[in-house]
Amino acid sequence: MNQILDSDFVIDVQKVYKSFKSVKAVNGVDLQITKGQFTALLGPNGAGKTTLVEMIEGIQIPDSGSIFIKGKQWRGNEEELHQIIGLSLQETRFIDKLTVSETLKLFSSFYKLPQSRMEEIIELTGLEEKRKSYIVNLSGGQRQRLALGIALLNKPEILLLDEPTTGLDPTARSEVWNILLKLRERRQTSLILTTHYMEEAEQLCDYIILIDHGHIIREGTLQQLLRENGPTKNIEFTLGNVPSEADLQLAETQFNLKWEPGRSGGVLQIENKNPEEHLAQFFDFLKQRKLNLQSFECRKITLNDLFLSLTGRQLHE
Amino acid sequence: MNNRITSHQLFRLTSAYFLELIREPGVIFWGIVFPILMALGLGIAFTKKPDMTRTVAVIGGVESQTQHLPVLHGIVNRNGFQLSRMDGPTEKYSFSIENEKIGKTTYILIPTTLENALQLLKRGNINLILEEVDEDIIYHFDPSNPEAQLVYLQLSKILKSGFSINEQVAENIEPMTVTGTRYIDFLIPGLMAMGIMMSCMWGISYGIIDKRTKKLLRRMIATPMKKHHFLIALITVRLGMNFVEAALLFIFALLFFHISIQGDVSALTAVFISGNICFSGIAIFTSSRTANTEVGNGLINAVVLPMVVLSGIFFSYHNFPNWSIPVIQKLPLTMLADGMRSIFIEGAGWPETVFISTTMSLIGVVFFSTGLKIFRWY
Repeated sequence: MNQILDSDFVIDVQKVYKSFKSVKAVNGVDLQITKGQFTALLGPNGAGKTTLVEMIEGIQIPDSGSIFIKGKQWRGNEEELHQIIGLSLQETRFIDKLTVSETLKLFSSFYKLPQSRMEEIIELTGLEEKRKSYIVNLSGGQRQRLALGIALLNKPEILLLDEPTTGLDPTARSEVWNILLKLRERRQTSLILTTHYMEEAEQLCDYIILIDHGHIIREGTLQQLLRENGPTKNIEFTLGNVPSEADLQLAETQFNLKWEPGRSGGVLQIENKNPEEHLAQFFDFLKQRKLNLQSFECRKITLNDLFLSLTGRQLHE
Repeated sequence: MNNRITSHQLFRLTSAYFLELIREPGVIFWGIVFPILMALGLGIAFTKKPDMTRTVAVIGGVESQTQHLPVLHGIVNRNGFQLSRMDGPTEKYSFSIENEKIGKTTYILIPTTLENALQLLKRGNINLILEEVDEDIIYHFDPSNPEAQLVYLQLSKILKSGFSINEQVAENIEPMTVTGTRYIDFLIPGLMAMGIMMSCMWGISYGIIDKRTKKLLRRMIATPMKKHHFLIALITVRLGMNFVEAALLFIFALLFFHISIQGDVSALTAVFISGNICFSGIAIFTSSRTANTEVGNGLINAVVLPMVVLSGIFFSYHNFPNWSIPVIQKLPLTMLADGMRSIFIEGAGWPETVFISTTMSLIGVVFFSTGLKIFRWY
């Protein structure tokens, strides 16, 4: 049934499920995105990010649940929704022996756009010098910028990017980020970006959704998520000698501490409240057991720490 | 050119596929140069008078070896030929028959044991064994092997008759060299038909599967692109390419072998277009589901190979068993090749080919619509 939903949400995903054979890729996800909101779907490989985004893109059909784009479902509204959505898939390969400008002209023709829009995109993506280069001769970063440029051709109200910087070197990644940051300033486009890079989510997005095994496990702004894990700091340390089994156990009972696999170091979590007291106790412990402190680094808790504490897995696994 | 036309998605898609095609040097070679080379090779091989060599083994009875071929020497010399020993470490003898109408045939006779002779036969070096028994010759060969049968007939004629085959051919054989009756006249329309099939099947089917594998199809369909424009553009480019290929092959054959179109050119155009419609439809159907190029290779081969073997492109399919002929004649490639041949060499026109053109077009439309219904865009 073709439903139209009257709501403020640009994207409204309601209790969506999707399975492939015995694998539940998306398992009852609810998600709402407002106009101009930049949202990151953050999770490791196989978390269900791509399946969820592909259902929003209309490429996959949910087993159950509903997806509304500006209040409309895909069925029967394909032409209208394609006009307002821009997307970049994981691993799209364009026609090898077409040039950058020929590829942009091809995609422009689908949206009936003037030549001037193609020029704007070439400038935005910094591909001026590559306009006559064949796609096959572009670097990974240039191809990704072109894919992003094609996604932006129609000035989309909704932009869906599936791991736009995976496999890129830091320079190429920051070039893609710069394009997106410019877009963010205008507040005209709502973005859903899937990634397993926490820095990408932190840098680009207002709202972060942590996803694992098809479930949303936490969501909120960066500050909300980090605060939720408790007002803590992480202190990474290494020792000159490996503690005895008795010392290891004693340390674990006295402190909130996780040893590294080799036991010559670990991560100590301390609350922001009275940090000097906790640190003094820890230093006393090391001194009494003659555990020689080699290095000591205090850092803020990250999304990866949060994900690790929630799932026992790293984001980049 | 009008900006509205050049910015139209159908124009852009057609232009993109055309550029993709012509920028690949392999396409030019395999699509245009290779069929011409094949026509040249086969045309020369089957139109020039051949210098044939027929090798046979000679034994002197079970488990023994004939020394110096005493019986054959006597018979061959008696019939007016010169049996001479060939240079080389292995004992071999030869004699030749030469005639300006049928060319030169050299018979090489290898004296050997039965065991060696059988080994040569199994390896395909020979297909006939002669046995000298007393003053006579016995022929050992597989009667179902046409080559062996031919050598038997030739040799038995020479060795048994009291007169030379050389004289006989001079009297009775009149070589057919009139345009339309030569092998090359049979071959060229067949090659054109096969070119259309191969080009559609590999160009369209493989092109679609490749785009699906690269997720380009998925990316394109996520825009307001019209699906039928995507397919029409692919078919249009292929039709244009097939026309160029066929035209160049025809021009080459015209200049080199002086072939001609004896029937109605407009009917030939109709057969050509309907052949393209037919194989484009089959190509869309074949590529409608798979996203794996290896599976795609298998599927395309499963469609084209039986037709290449059965449809009489290189040699007449009338050599197959009688029960299979009506089935073979209903294969799309057979229809296309027969239709083109009837116009090229039999002087056929619309009345003789309208059924073939209509049937092929219908086959194309049915496969196209079925393929489109089950087509996997994502």
